[in-house]
Amino acid sequence: MIHVIVPPHLRTLAQISGEVLLEVEGPVTQRSILDALETRYPTLRGTIRDQVSQQRRALLRFFACGRDLSHELPDTPLPDAVASGGESFWIVGAIAGG
Amino acid sequence: MSGVRVLVGTRKGAFVLTSDGKREKWNVSGPHFGGWEIYHLKGSPVDPNRIYASQSSGWFGQQIQRSNDGGQTWEPVGNKFVYDGIAGTHQWYDGTPHPWEFKRVWHLEPSLTDPDTVYAGAEDAALFRTTDGGQNWHELSGLRGHGSGPKWQPGAGGMCLHTILLDPSNPNRIFIAISAAGAFRTDDGGLNWRPINKGLKSEFIPDPNAEVGHCVHRIAMHKSRPGVLFMQKHWDVMRSDDAGDNWHEVSGNLPTDFGFVVDVHTHEPETVYVVPIKSDSEHYPPEGKLRVYRSRTGGNEWEPLSKGLPQSDCYVNVLRDAMAVDSMDECGVYFGTTGGQVYASANAGDSWNPIVRDLPAVVSVEVQTLS
Repeated sequence: MIHVIVPPHLRTLAQISGEVLLEVEGPVTQRSILDALETRYPTLRGTIRDQVSQQRRALLRFFACGRDLSHELPDTPLPDAVASGGESFWIVGAIAGG
Repeated sequence: MSGVRVLVGTRKGAFVLTSDGKREKWNVSGPHFGGWEIYHLKGSPVDPNRIYASQSSGWFGQQIQRSNDGGQTWEPVGNKFVYDGIAGTHQWYDGTPHPWEFKRVWHLEPSLTDPDTVYAGAEDAALFRTTDGGQNWHELSGLRGHGSGPKWQPGAGGMCLHTILLDPSNPNRIFIAISAAGAFRTDDGGLNWRPINKGLKSEFIPDPNAEVGHCVHRIAMHKSRPGVLFMQKHWDVMRSDDAGDNWHEVSGNLPTDFGFVVDVHTHEPETVYVVPIKSDSEHYPPEGKLRVYRSRTGGNEWEPLSKGLPQSDCYVNVLRDAMAVDSMDECGVYFGTTGGQVYASANAGDSWNPIVRDLPAVVSVEVQTLS
């Protein structure tokens, strides 16, 4: 199971409590995780990546294993520790604005 | 007993303020969607318990929320706003072409006859419509297809479609306004549009007959006389007696004719309200005195209304969607400020009381009159 940490405002929006556990088919990548997350919680469509371009929203970042993976290509396999469920995939809102 | 429900959108959430017909004691509910910008909420005229809200965030983008119980509970509905066809370009601040990019919904206007049909005014400027209660949104692209789109440009707040007026006497006629493009009208239900800006003068536009480019801040009409429109422009308060074909200035004796809001008394079509703001670079009331100005003559002659409003050291703004009137026998008038106050008058503006004083900056105010 993949462990995903969603920012607090999106947890409220999608009525998620705590960590999200996801089954992901095939290679574990940013795209496959986000596809699975949006399938489980359709309300999150458009909140993490643009609905048309599928680009990550500018003020969100992806972290795992202590690394910023935001600029990795969406189909690049994520670290094995994420794929095995040992480490969480973090979706983090930038510290910006008021 | 009848009452009112005031729907307040703020920079950090939505609030629902309710009172009985006396409009003296208020119940405050909220924040709903705490931490999110709520540009606008509005209820369906045919089903007042059906309310739509525009919820947005710089981090997470746009959401549309719908309530079926008068704002007590909410559910997210569709949030996919995609421009029809090739989005094209408009002018950027420096005059260069800039691609159209969806940012947020500024204004939601429910249909006068169908609770599942709603119009949405977007930034970058476009008009969308849902006919299934907000699940799916489609652009009425004849507006951007008018041909003048490449000349539209953003105002300081962005290139927003902020005003949508549905003509109660003609279901095919809709008025909209965009900062900074101007006012437009359709007479065929949204297929074709034309600019209605003749008579507007804007210092920053060299061509005195410019078809578009005007920074219209707000338009208002009285439902019994939809051919008469009042406009608060960047500068100038304007009036049209022919559904926008021609405009003339009615700023008259206002202390300044800059401002954002304009509205019309529910029962008196010639009674109009504005809140003068000092200037385009000083977004606060002149002399630090918060005053609503009322004209009972359809413009030109204005009287200040200040009883109950701060008359010293007040430097708040009143944004374009932040004034509304109710339909009680004695017309109630409401407005919200960037300082977080929502003021109400239960006597057409003669005196005012704050309903709340310390909300986040108020972006929009709507009111429902409940039977």
